[in-house]
Amino acid sequence: MTDRRTPLARARGLGSAKEGVHHWWAQRLTAIALIPLVVWFAISLVMLSGADYQVVRAWIASPLVMVMLILTIGIGLHHGQLGLQVVWEDYTEGAFRVVMIVLTKFLAVLFGLGAIIAILRIGFGG
Amino acid sequence: MAEFTLPANSKVGVGDTYKAPAGASRIKTFKVYRWTPDDGKNPRLDTYEVDLATCGPMILDALIKIKNEVDSSLTFRRSCREGVCGSCAMNIDGTNTLACTKYIDDVKGDIRIYPLPHMPVVRDLVPDLTVPYAQLASIEPWLKSTTQPPTRERLQSPEERAKLDGLWECILCFCCSTACPSYWWQGERYLGPAILLQAYRWLADSRDEAKGERLDNLEDPFRLYRCHTIMNCTKTCPKGLNPAKAIAEIKKLLIERTV
Repeated sequence: MTDRRTPLARARGLGSAKEGVHHWWAQRLTAIALIPLVVWFAISLVMLSGADYQVVRAWIASPLVMVMLILTIGIGLHHGQLGLQVVWEDYTEGAFRVVMIVLTKFLAVLFGLGAIIAILRIGFGG
Repeated sequence: MAEFTLPANSKVGVGDTYKAPAGASRIKTFKVYRWTPDDGKNPRLDTYEVDLATCGPMILDALIKIKNEVDSSLTFRRSCREGVCGSCAMNIDGTNTLACTKYIDDVKGDIRIYPLPHMPVVRDLVPDLTVPYAQLASIEPWLKSTTQPPTRERLQSPEERAKLDGLWECILCFCCSTACPSYWWQGERYLGPAILLQAYRWLADSRDEAKGERLDNLEDPFRLYRCHTIMNCTKTCPKGLNPAKAIAEIKKLLIERTV
């Protein structure tokens, strides 16, 4: 199809989406939150190295650790899917882009929910 | 959409070589991108040996000398020859800059000259800048005011005027936009650093009354937020401006009115 639109029509396109601030702000906030969370998680892993199954289970079951783990996983996945969305927007287009963005968000929720339920189950017994 | 190799009809071949005249004392080799829409051939890199003893100091001087004395078909834009018109923006020695303000002596070895990257080529070193110009029009780069105009100048304090420094100097050569990977991949939807710097120039102007409307039109995942602070724009700007900072200021204004 020959593009007979004027240059201004091409530049204006469908107009502004009037969004993007939220995505940008959320990406920064989650990044800031992840700094202490990831440091805590890394230190915990080092401290737990060599610990047996029961010790790690008991560690996860403590309320503070549960909160921290759920925060780390939830915020990490949220940050990750926001970032991956940018990658799809940058490097792909059309229907493929939409499919990949939707898939990314669905998988992030799936993994997040799975991890959180696993933690809660350990914490509250089951 | 990202493209990591040139299309088959854009691959650059080896072109002709034009030797320096006998008796030349200071020979510098220029390899210049050549393409014309007229012959259906791929682009080529022509080699010109220029005697610097009879040439001005700037890259543009050499290009003009080649056009005058060796090959009149060599096509490029130029006008002011002093870095204020922005016409002779091109990719020299791997960096977008102005041929008129770039010293030949600053380039070691052969000097490779290409048109601004990732723009359609009209011919040789002349890129088609239709889209960036239309994008400039789309941000409405003029003072907007609904208040009854004063009978004299619209006053600004020295401090308010100072906020425009580093913005008004832009000559719209598009070295920055065409150095930006985000602009390469999304050139029609992302406005690019040159246009966003212009947009901020009006957002920063105390006399303008349309800030909200301007921000509304910029708040878009593609128009503005394709900027990932890669900083190629700031690095390449031949006028020493900082488009990346201007874009960051726009993002700050959007946060300011949201949070």
